[in-house]
Amino acid sequence: MTLGPYASFIIMSYVAVATVVAALIIWVIADYRSQKARLRDLEAAGAVRRSGRSAVDVK
Amino acid sequence: MRETGLESALPALAPATISGAMTLIDLANPSRFLSLAGRILPWLAALTVLVLAVGLYQSATAPDDYQQGATVKIMFIHVPNAWLSMFVWGVMSVAALGTLVWRHPLADVAAKTAAPIGAAFTFLALLTGSLWGRPMWGTYWEWDARLTSVLILFLMYLGLMALWRAVEDPSRAARAAAVLTLVGAINIPIIKFSVDWWNTLHQPASVIRMGGSTLDRAFLIPLLVMAIGFTLLFLTLHIAAMRNEILRRRVRTLQMLQASKSA
Repeated sequence: MTLGPYASFIIMSYVAVATVVAALIIWVIADYRSQKARLRDLEAAGAVRRSGRSAVDVK
Repeated sequence: MRETGLESALPALAPATISGAMTLIDLANPSRFLSLAGRILPWLAALTVLVLAVGLYQSATAPDDYQQGATVKIMFIHVPNAWLSMFVWGVMSVAALGTLVWRHPLADVAAKTAAPIGAAFTFLALLTGSLWGRPMWGTYWEWDARLTSVLILFLMYLGLMALWRAVEDPSRAARAAAVLTLVGAINIPIIKFSVDWWNTLHQPASVIRMGGSTLDRAFLIPLLVMAIGFTLLFLTLHIAAMRNEILRRRVRTLQMLQASKSA
């Protein structure tokens, strides 16, 4: 596969998309872990939902 | 089926319609949504990876265009991002109606979490379009109707994200954001038809148009596969982000309960 005289523009486009998509995936995973950790800490400190069910268990 | 009173209230509706309404009502329960999200996310993520892998392979092996050469490969990522920039605003507009009209408990969660993802896709559409424009048009940017209206869309996404951050109470922020989203939806047909209404440097529609696509199958198939892949990517990210937002609201509720106990 040859990309011709404008290879740098093509490569930069694909790298930019890969970088932003990777950032979105990392953001979603990191946020999930962060919220679960905060809920675990709150439950460990004695916070209970009105329903009485665990806030951490999302299954 | 559980007896909820809905069946007797809507006797004229077909069973399938009632079943569809029941599914929506079931999904309105955040706990049920979390359970469903946990089950479907791994499968959706796997399907996204598979479709994007096929799309990337087809994009890499697609022939060069007789005018653009290999630069046509930018189109395979630019167009799906451009489509999604408008599609995500459409999703947010439906969610805004859900907030204002039906008061669906998950509508504002859906709208809030779609905004940063939509902003990312819009940014990529602008960036890849600019990187395609330099070798093909001789300029990175031109203040024509299509480019300017997409830039306005990007700024509107940022404005919505700022609004969500500025108002602490999610239900109050939801109503203001919903109104702003519906007002901003006016920009979507302007973006779509800008190339027909005004004399623009951006080329007119070549895929979704009256009379069928003008693209050769060698380019159309990779483009459609990539578009499906990016749409699946959006769905995966959106469901995951909605799950995070529900957990964030649980954190907020527990913190408030704890604060009221200790007061």
